[in-house]
Amino acid sequence: MIKVCPATIAVAILVAVGAPGVAPASAADALPTALSAGIGTVAVRIDNFTFTPTDITVTAGTTVTWTNGDDIPHTVVASDRSFRSPVLDTDEGFSFTFTAIGTFEYFCSLHPHMVGIIRVVAS
Amino acid sequence: MRHHDDDPKLDADGIARRGFLECMAWAGTGVLWSIGGGLPSSLGLTRALAAEAPTGAAPFTFLQISDSHVGFDKPANPDATATLREAVGRIAGLPVKPSFVIHTGDISHLSKDKEFDDADQILREVGLPMFFVPGEHDLLDEGRGKSYLARYGKGSRGAGWYSFDQNGVHFVGLVNVVDLKAGGLGNLGADQIAWLERDLAGLPSSTPIVVFAHIPLWTVAAEWGWGTADGAQALGHLKRFGSVTVLNGHIHQVMQKIEGNVTFHTARSTAFPQPVPGTAPSPGPLKVPAGELRKLLGIATVDVVSGDGPLAIVDRPLAG
Ligand SMILES: [Cu+2]
Ligand SMILES: [Fe+2]
Ligand SMILES: [Fe+2]
Repeated sequence: MIKVCPATIAVAILVAVGAPGVAPASAADALPTALSAGIGTVAVRIDNFTFTPTDITVTAGTTVTWTNGDDIPHTVVASDRSFRSPVLDTDEGFSFTFTAIGTFEYFCSLHPHMVGIIRVVAS
Repeated sequence: MRHHDDDPKLDADGIARRGFLECMAWAGTGVLWSIGGGLPSSLGLTRALAAEAPTGAAPFTFLQISDSHVGFDKPANPDATATLREAVGRIAGLPVKPSFVIHTGDISHLSKDKEFDDADQILREVGLPMFFVPGEHDLLDEGRGKSYLARYGKGSRGAGWYSFDQNGVHFVGLVNVVDLKAGGLGNLGADQIAWLERDLAGLPSSTPIVVFAHIPLWTVAAEWGWGTADGAQALGHLKRFGSVTVLNGHIHQVMQKIEGNVTFHTARSTAFPQPVPGTAPSPGPLKVPAGELRKLLGIATVDVVSGDGPLAIVDRPLAG
């Protein structure tokens, strides 16, 4: 089950529609390499204890979705605590919409050597 | 039966490389510790089962079990509950009953109530007092550890640290999985280290000390976060003691190192093995072929050959 912020439910629906042959209820489980192609959305994969891409630049208003592809749970936590995902088990995702301009470093609170950066610039 | 010709060669850092490789075969049960002369030695559980009960005075023994990950159901172990139950069955069959069991964390996989409940139900069958410290997988509830503390934290301080004495040995349970910093390792924090200093202050240096915590207190692999940022500070307070044993989990494999009077040891998981640092792109579960799992679980064992040098752990299959 994908865990989303209220503001990003529309994104989740977009994914469900964009996953042919998968019932909407379980579409989140299949999730979202397709997401990166969506307008205003960017996908970050978590594979092999690594956020990929690790360092990305997006425009304000962009929604970033992290999806855990590992057999081990991870989290996505902003170093300044401006966002924090619940624990993400295998194939679970978390989305956050970046409205403020700035550089947001984040990490996995279970495996703090896992770090990433989202740079938000004016649109 | 001893296999001295199987003794591992120690590298300069005292770590048995051969042991590393053999450990990849994964025993996944538990380690029985026996304290004689202040220096604990350990036996693989399976080997301990096979050993004759000593005829002399019964040694003081306790058992370490780790990383049960109840709730884990992915390759290479579709049922971590079953393997925990198996480990418990082996403990029950020991000829010498340990005095108590230390669980070095990751009791559950996702801190779910059902996972803790299942773990408790199985571990209760051991019929021995249990001492716990949390792993990072035990603090994933919404309250970030409230659930763990409610279940296991009775009489502990802070995030769940405490100490107790048994047969002249001072045991210290530490928590190094809370409030981890980006880019970092495990972390004890200033409060806990200050408490440790006070806790040890009144003890004579001849007191054997056993410290247990989830993440290794020594740096096993910084690139995988396998170490404790302020572990050296804690160890600084232990320097004056003649015998210090540090028991950890988290890395799901046996590693051992001796530094001065301090013996470091990590235990296997009862759920799934993790790779040796440098042999895999990530510390994710080591996937063994499906047909190999039960065989590896059931037959892999740990021998500790202790002499006047550093303790060394050798892992060998029971058959084949
Ligand atoms: Cu992680
Ligand atoms: Fe673990
Ligand atoms: Fe762990």
